[in-house]
Amino acid sequence: MPTPAIIATGVVKWFGEGEARTQALRDVSLDAYFGEILYVVGPSGSGKTTLLSVLSGILKPDAGGVSVEGTDIWNLSSDKLADFRLNKIGFVFQDYHLFPRLTTAENVAIPLILRRKPWGAAVREATRYLEIVGLKGRADLPPVKLSGGEQQRVAIARAMVVQPDILIMDEPTASLDGDTGVAIVGFVKKNILNEKRCILIVTHDDRISEFATRILKMQDGRITETAKGGST
Amino acid sequence: MTGILKVAYKLLVNDKAKFTALLVGITFAVFLIVQMDAMFAGSMKRASATVINLGASMWIMDPAVQTVANTIGIPNYVLDAARSMQGVSYAVPVYSGGALVKLADGTYQSVTIVGLDDTTLFGRPELIAGKIEDIYAENAFIVVKDPEFPKLGNPHVGTEFQVNDHRGVIVGIARVASSGLFGVPTLYTTYERALQYLPNPRFTISYVLVQPKTPADVNRIKEQARALGYLAVTKDEFINRITDFYIYQTGFGMNMLIMTVMSFIVGLSISGQTFYTFVLENLEKFGALKAIGAKSHELVFMILFQTSFTALLGYGLGIGLCAFLITLAKRRLPDYAALITYGNLGLAFVMVVLIAAISSYFGVRKVLRIEPFDIFRG
Repeated sequence: MPTPAIIATGVVKWFGEGEARTQALRDVSLDAYFGEILYVVGPSGSGKTTLLSVLSGILKPDAGGVSVEGTDIWNLSSDKLADFRLNKIGFVFQDYHLFPRLTTAENVAIPLILRRKPWGAAVREATRYLEIVGLKGRADLPPVKLSGGEQQRVAIARAMVVQPDILIMDEPTASLDGDTGVAIVGFVKKNILNEKRCILIVTHDDRISEFATRILKMQDGRITETAKGGST
Repeated sequence: MTGILKVAYKLLVNDKAKFTALLVGITFAVFLIVQMDAMFAGSMKRASATVINLGASMWIMDPAVQTVANTIGIPNYVLDAARSMQGVSYAVPVYSGGALVKLADGTYQSVTIVGLDDTTLFGRPELIAGKIEDIYAENAFIVVKDPEFPKLGNPHVGTEFQVNDHRGVIVGIARVASSGLFGVPTLYTTYERALQYLPNPRFTISYVLVQPKTPADVNRIKEQARALGYLAVTKDEFINRITDFYIYQTGFGMNMLIMTVMSFIVGLSISGQTFYTFVLENLEKFGALKAIGAKSHELVFMILFQTSFTALLGYGLGIGLCAFLITLAKRRLPDYAALITYGNLGLAFVMVVLIAAISSYFGVRKVLRIEPFDIFRG
């Protein structure tokens, strides 16, 4: 029996006020397990990103609870929650959000620096991770000198540098051409997924479904279907 | 924390265009503030030149006197009374007035003439040429070598001139701590000769210079002078009185205030706006840092560090630039009145801290409001 990494129960989230008030998540419950790549798919506005935000501790739900490795994250103080995100979760944002004024290695080193690792050691560790994601020799370049696929790899290296238990990727292939997108997710599955790690991916991209363990389909703030992925 | 501050530093200085704009804004503001205030301080020092140069501890004068330039004669009995006051070590008269000097080439030049007590020569300047005892010689004057000195044709010992149809001879050349405000040369002579050579009103003593026996006697002397209907002030009080006159009675102070406020607004406008734009451009990145696990206070430290670093660097550059230009100006224009004081530096520092604080406030507010979810949502 695999160990659950995330257990969400009865999650409800509203946005807006008055007539503009809309329900983004309607009583959503799910389990995510270590060793699996869980896709969350659905049309735009179905609540995928909201669900990922609630699960990762950056958006507080109006009702329901989220337990990550046995910790009820929404009962943590804001500082403890920040520490939780820093130590347990790696984020790969859709637009990468790399600092253009820092070198690639310094960008990757940021989570380590936030964990009070000395600058030199953090950059050395980050450089090692850049080599792991295939960007050897790119450490001293600014991110703007890299291609979209390479920037995505930098973002992955930044997410992985603290060895998080949970990796959250938001539309990882949205800014990439087809082949590069498939290569990136294939790389993640091959090199990053392991029995002690859970990967959640929000995507529209059917071309990468072969890498999923499970696929959750969302519609109007609800999980309407759970399917086995191509790698099951 | 040093690591995150290094990130803040690199984000700031690697954005060369904005960093330069920020520095220019603060440097320019500091330069304007320090320059304006230095000119003010320099002018005020010049306005008090006679008080500074004579160096008396206390001055007795007519209560209506507001600056050393508009003396009101006081009767001789005040000098006698001062000498018999309790707590007075000694008291001497001094003459201070203006005159027209006719030079050897036939031109006229305004001068300030200071007549020192014949017996003591109290307040005499330091001589760099000639002998002080020569001041007792016939028609003797000592000229001060200050930026106004060339206006007398660069005189030397033995140079002759006329004062009020009296022959005058330079017997010494002196230096003093401060030259005057009004751009005229200064001549020293004895009190009695000053009275002989210059037309005078009924009362001839400009000031009675007093040396109290102890600092505790200052108030007692003031009370005794007040009882006579005159005003006794210490050297510092006289300087403050002169400064207050120029600040409050001439519009000088208001102009300085307006210029200082304008400098502050210019600095705040350039730096505040540039820093706010800098924060806005990096806002998503700050949001991403929050999502990754940066705490709010760490982001606040980053912004405070960036503004403080820029403000202090701009402060140093502004003062350096101001000092450089004042030095340069004084080389070309020896009578250029500008003086950087600790007060000026303190005022500029307060202004810079305010600019940094206001710039930080809007940046911090924006960063604290950004939600990591906004980054996810795009």
